[in-house]
Order: sequence, then C-alpha cells, then structure tokens
Amino acid sequence: MDSKLKTALFDYCTALGDDSVVLGHRLSEWCRNGPFLEEDLALTNVSLDFIGRARMFYSYATELEDKGRSEDDIAYLRDCREYRNLLINELPNGDFAFTMARQFLVDVYDMGFFTELAQSKDPMLAAIAAKAIKESRYHLRRSEDWIKRLGEGTEESHERIQNAFKQLWGYWPEMFEVSDDEQQLLNAGIAVDRSRLKSNWESTVHAVLKEATLDIPAENWAIGGGRDGKHTEYLGFLLAEMQFLQRTYPGQQW
Amino acid sequence: MVAATNKTDTAQLFELLSIVVDPEIPVLTLQDLGVLRDVSVENGKIKVTITPTYAGCPAMDTMRADIETTLAEAGYEQVTVQQSLSPAWTTDWMSENGKRKLRAYGIAPPANTTCGQATGTIECPQCRSGDVKLISEFGSTACKALYQCRDCLEPFDYFKCI
Repeated sequence: MDSKLKTALFDYCTALGDDSVVLGHRLSEWCRNGPFLEEDLALTNVSLDFIGRARMFYSYATELEDKGRSEDDIAYLRDCREYRNLLINELPNGDFAFTMARQFLVDVYDMGFFTELAQSKDPMLAAIAAKAIKESRYHLRRSEDWIKRLGEGTEESHERIQNAFKQLWGYWPEMFEVSDDEQQLLNAGIAVDRSRLKSNWESTVHAVLKEATLDIPAENWAIGGGRDGKHTEYLGFLLAEMQFLQRTYPGQQW
Repeated sequence: MVAATNKTDTAQLFELLSIVVDPEIPVLTLQDLGVLRDVSVENGKIKVTITPTYAGCPAMDTMRADIETTLAEAGYEQVTVQQSLSPAWTTDWMSENGKRKLRAYGIAPPANTTCGQATGTIECPQCRSGDVKLISEFGSTACKALYQCRDCLEPFDYFKCI
C-alpha cells in the first residue's frame, strides 16, 4: 500500500473510531440516570459496544501508523479539531426521547454502513464490520421498538419523540456526504460509498416513523463539517470530561 | 503420566487451558464459550488465539490475563495471546455441554442456532416452563437479556443469540 493511501486509511479508521467513542461516551452519561434499571443497563451495554468498536478501529489505526502510539493516545490526547466524528454523535443527550431518536437514526445508518464495509478489500476493516453488524442489529431492534412505543404512547411521549426528530433532522444529511479523503479509498475498494446508503436509510426511517404515528419533519436545514474537524460547541465539553484524567496525570492507569 | 507423554504439545496446552473460565459466568470454560480458537507452538513459543464475544466486553482483558497466568504456572513463559476478529464469534459455537452447565447455573442458553431473532423456545431454567416474557433486551452483561417466567415468576438471564 502506498503511503498516501495508508495515511488516508489511518484517517478513515480514526474517524470511524471517533464516531463510536463519542457516541459511546454520550451513552455512558446515562449510567445511573436511566429512566428505570433495565433501561439504564441497556444504555450502558450499548455504550460498551460502541467503545469496544472504537478500540478496534483505533488499534488498527495505530498499527497502520506504526509510530508507537496506543489506542488510548488516539482517544485521550487529540483535541477537538483532530476529532472527525459526524456531528450527530456529539449532540448532548437531551431527554430519553432525544437519546433514542438519535440512536435509532445512527443504528439504521450503521446497519447499512457496516453491511457494506464488511465487503471492504481491507480484511481488517471487513472483520471489524462483520462484528459490528451483529451488535447493531441488536441495537436497532431496541431503538426501533422505543420509537414506536414513544410515538404511540402518551400525548407527552408522542410530543417529545416528535420534537426530538425535529431537532435532529438537520444532522442526518452529513452521514451521506463523501469527503475528499474518502474518495481515494473508495477508488481502492476499501471505503464505503456513503452517498449510496441514503435511499435505503430514508425508506427504513420513514417507514418506522409512519408506523409510530410520527410526522417526517419538514426541516430543510442541514449542517456538516464533522469529518473536517469542525464541530459544535458540545464536543469540547465532552472531551474535557473524557480526557481529564490522562491530560492531568499522563500515563495514569488503574 | 505415560498417557500425557504420548500427546502432542498442543493437546496438552488445550487441556491446561480447560480450567480457564469466563470471569462473569464461571461455569463456562473458554472452550465451552467458543472464545478459545486456537493454540499453536512454534520454536518453543506458544500462541493462543481468542476471539471477543462482544467488542466492548470488559471480561476479555481478564480472560487474556488468566490464560497467561495458567500457562505461566505450568512453566510456559513465552506466551502471546492474540485476538482474532474474523470469523466473528457466534453463540452457535457454544458447546452442548456448555449449554447444559448454563442451564444448571440458572441462565437460559441460546434458544436456537438461527441468529438475530430469538423465538419462543426459551425455557425458564428453574421450572422449565416455556411461558416466559422478555423484560429487557439487555441484562447484567453484554451477552445476556433479561426474562421472567410467567409460571414460577422467577426472573432469569437469557444468553442472547448472536
């Protein structure tokens, strides 16, 4: 593999790890704050899956880079602008409806994305993807169920979940924008053409919303930039908390 | 000891490792679970290959350490434990003996081999009733879901089928 392609692959793995670690951290914030015990466990279980996924992407990235950095260095010692996650992952949790609406949009996306990535010409990415699909399928069963329960539940749950989708609606187009770096990996058969996942994603999401008696939001704004390291104000606060220990006591372990 | 000398090194190592258990479900060995994939010996160096059940399973680090300790105690010091992701772990690899032990321990084993959707064949590990209900898709660890028996009312863990 030539060095330019290798650098692009390093960035790709890091970005995919960033998506996972940022959402994993958000979900972990629900620990002991869940609406009831079983749901508290479910949120933190899903969180662990995402953090585990990040570890696989980050360790592969450090292997490619071969500069002696560890997966922890990648997670804890990079600042906001070096993080490349999609913005939807970093938004604060909001209420339970917002967290589940975001989770549902991400789960549907992950199912499509990892199904394609499992066909990657890069064997390691294909292996990580095959592992991730199994978990995402399970995550989606739960998040889809919650969208229907909240949509068809009480007047208040309906209003909250409808509102959550309205607030999130401008963040999904970014999931299907192909960045320049990605393009050369696409040509090499390594990356996934995300623009091609959009129509399936839309039809699945629309069908579930309809079944949940929810309206498809009519929002026509869209925001992006995550893959270029341009983030919302929220990521800095998240990293400050997540990275505090390693920044303050470098190399600390327990 | 006569029998042991006739065995290959690898078979001995597998036997040694048969005492290593899942730290969270200590009735299951790593072999029962299908986590222990391979053991090989090259130039006196031992390579153990394991595969993670779930990507974020915190027990993986303990399993790795337990393998190293077990082999070190038997005098093997040059040991590498490597992780393999492909093919991805599935509950189909769990041994029949493992499923029996799970049931006796109070955990309902994976109900079928077709992964994804759990069908109605999950049995209460206490009274064997098939009249059970799902309480939560996620239980006390990543690999389990929470069910309750409608007959004896006992809540129980179900080992998810993936």
